Amino acid sequence: MRFTKKDILDIHSLDPEEISFILDTAMGMKEISQRPVKKVPTLRGKTIVLFFQEPSTRTKLSFEIAAKRLSADSVAIAKAGSSMAKGETLIDTVKNLESMRPDVIVMRHSSSGAAVQVARRVDCSVINAGDGIHAHPSQALLDMMSVRENKGRIKGLKLAMIGDIANSRVARSNIIGFSKMGARVSVCAPQTMIPAGIAALGCTVAPTMEACVADADVIMMLRIQKERQDDVLFPSEREYAGRFGLNKARLALAKKDVTVMHPGPMNRGVEIASDVADADCSMILDQVTNGVALRMALYYLVAGGSRHADTD
Amino acid sequence: MQILIKGARVLDPGSMDEKKDVLIDGEQIAAILDPSDALPSDSVPSGAMPEHTGDMQVIDAAGLVLVPGLMDIHVHLREPGHEYKETIASGLAAAAKGGFTAVCAMPNTMPVNDNAQVTTFILEKARLAKGAKVYPVGAVSKGSAGSNLAEIQDMQQAGIKAVTDDGLPVVNAQLMRRALEYCNGLSIPVFVHAEELSLVNSGAMNEGPAATFWGIKGIPNAAETVMVARDILLSQLTGAHVHFCHISCKESIAAIRSAKQQGIRVTCETAPHYFTLIDEDVKDYDTNFKMNPPLRSNEDREAVIQGLADGTIDAIASDHAPHSKEEKDLEFDQAAFGIVGLETSLPLSLQLVHGGALTLEELIRKMAKNPAQILGINNDIIPGNRADLTLIDLNQKTIIDPALFVSKSRNTPFAGMVVQGRAVCTMVDGKIVFNALTD
Repeated sequence: MRFTKKDILDIHSLDPEEISFILDTAMGMKEISQRPVKKVPTLRGKTIVLFFQEPSTRTKLSFEIAAKRLSADSVAIAKAGSSMAKGETLIDTVKNLESMRPDVIVMRHSSSGAAVQVARRVDCSVINAGDGIHAHPSQALLDMMSVRENKGRIKGLKLAMIGDIANSRVARSNIIGFSKMGARVSVCAPQTMIPAGIAALGCTVAPTMEACVADADVIMMLRIQKERQDDVLFPSEREYAGRFGLNKARLALAKKDVTVMHPGPMNRGVEIASDVADADCSMILDQVTNGVALRMALYYLVAGGSRHADTD
Repeated sequence: MQILIKGARVLDPGSMDEKKDVLIDGEQIAAILDPSDALPSDSVPSGAMPEHTGDMQVIDAAGLVLVPGLMDIHVHLREPGHEYKETIASGLAAAAKGGFTAVCAMPNTMPVNDNAQVTTFILEKARLAKGAKVYPVGAVSKGSAGSNLAEIQDMQQAGIKAVTDDGLPVVNAQLMRRALEYCNGLSIPVFVHAEELSLVNSGAMNEGPAATFWGIKGIPNAAETVMVARDILLSQLTGAHVHFCHISCKESIAAIRSAKQQGIRVTCETAPHYFTLIDEDVKDYDTNFKMNPPLRSNEDREAVIQGLADGTIDAIASDHAPHSKEEKDLEFDQAAFGIVGLETSLPLSLQLVHGGALTLEELIRKMAKNPAQILGINNDIIPGNRADLTLIDLNQKTIIDPALFVSKSRNTPFAGMVVQGRAVCTMVDGKIVFNALTD
């Protein structure tokens, strides 16, 4: 297939064939990271700007390593060091970046929609590395890649997702992505964390954590965001862990071969018990490994792959 | 100077709906004549009516509707202080182009219109402008800061017709009670910006599936209705006239309907965007769809139309909120709330008439008669009244094009929409301030 998208902004705008194609491409990329010399010349001469305006360790590093493994030149700028700290608007900053002729801008921003707004104003490719509480497509794609690799399929699986759905871009992208690929998605959280009309994205809301994880093939725990405590979403971490934490007893309600995922960073002892996080069924570190391959695939498809086949 | 408007359908809700000639002499309506009538002998020479006789101007208004001057009781003119968004002159010209002969200027300028000096400044600027009249609205509290009452009587003597802290709610219920009691004695209404800020919680669009899809924090209907309910009770307690601004949702309308049935002195307005658009129309983070209160669900939109039809909603006001490109071309959650409305309000509202939701007479009540009544102004089309009149072409189709706005700002979600009907001539105190008839 020919991949024609200029940008990767959210999961909603990708159709199932495109998602499968991205996952296939990522599987091919995975082998590169296992070589002694972990570098191929595929994107030599391409420039990638990593424009992160929110703190990020794993996602930023993952995008950076992915660029290097494909021989692209990557440059990172952060909000603190950028002219946005001096009052320049997002659009002006990005138009300036564009003037330096990058091939791809990878951006993370605290406002939902920022990447969408930027993408329609620049000619280069934009990859959304997380915008507000809207979307985190590379995370959802690497999660789908990990599940497909582990289970051999996505269609027909039951995915249980527990945590702050309302304030999570990972949750939105995964609900849309997994349901699009044929999984049944069940979510659970205190009602303070369930946004109005979430079912329309393609999930059901389980009444209890036990009902949510029952017979699940995959359990995805979301991070409880301590910085949102001022919004009175739950009384205490202690009470939250008691009602919605994933422990061995709740894990036992799921399928025997259940897989546990977490996009990180984890709060051990809050949303996930330590012994579950470290159990054999935990795929948390595999997700991180796959993240590099998936992001290599995204770069390849928007900047060097079939979209540019005619000119290469 | 005399003006004769010939052959229009003269529609003054409640008193007249027939083909008449209207003679204007100076600043006043001089006579309303049957089309066949000869003019009073001291007005024109006897015999056939020439196009111009002396200094009489004749407007051929056949096929048009002449109505009492439309009034938009919720407009942000931005001057003093934010002249880059709008000036009194540009705003009043936009109003005239939209068919409005008068607007209420909200007090959230810089400085706030919380004293007679600012009120006087606004009226003086308006007097020099060629456009609609302005009825200033003063602040409830000093600086609209919500702690002490502004000098309301002083402002009333300078010319305000109502008070509000619009843009912000009066958070303190006791201050609201005192404001209502105080204004009741002055016989002026308190305009309420109904918003419980703690429930808004930095939301930027209507709470619901669309906000969830886009990842925009939601504003629930209750953020509006909680305050509507509070101020209905305070109106009941004090007997004062409360007017609710920009009502957007079904629960508020139900509360106001019930209050009216109990005889509580409340009135309310809605804006054209609340009966034209819904939250699902917010697409791709276009900040021209961001306003406060936000575009609601389709159910709310239908409730707004129902509220207009059954009389619960008294008035249509645009909440004209001009903002510069710089304030709108931002991330959705950081962009300013508000859209311009003066030049789109009448055409959008006429769609209700074309669609059968309202009769033309009902619409003119909501855009001319009721707004005047809320402010205590008589704008009947009768001899002796000031000649504030609007001529409407019900059929002319136009495409809304922000590039043609005379407002200084362009922040509208309606660009490209095809609408039917518009104002073609606006007359204030007997002077033509907008005329598209000669185009």
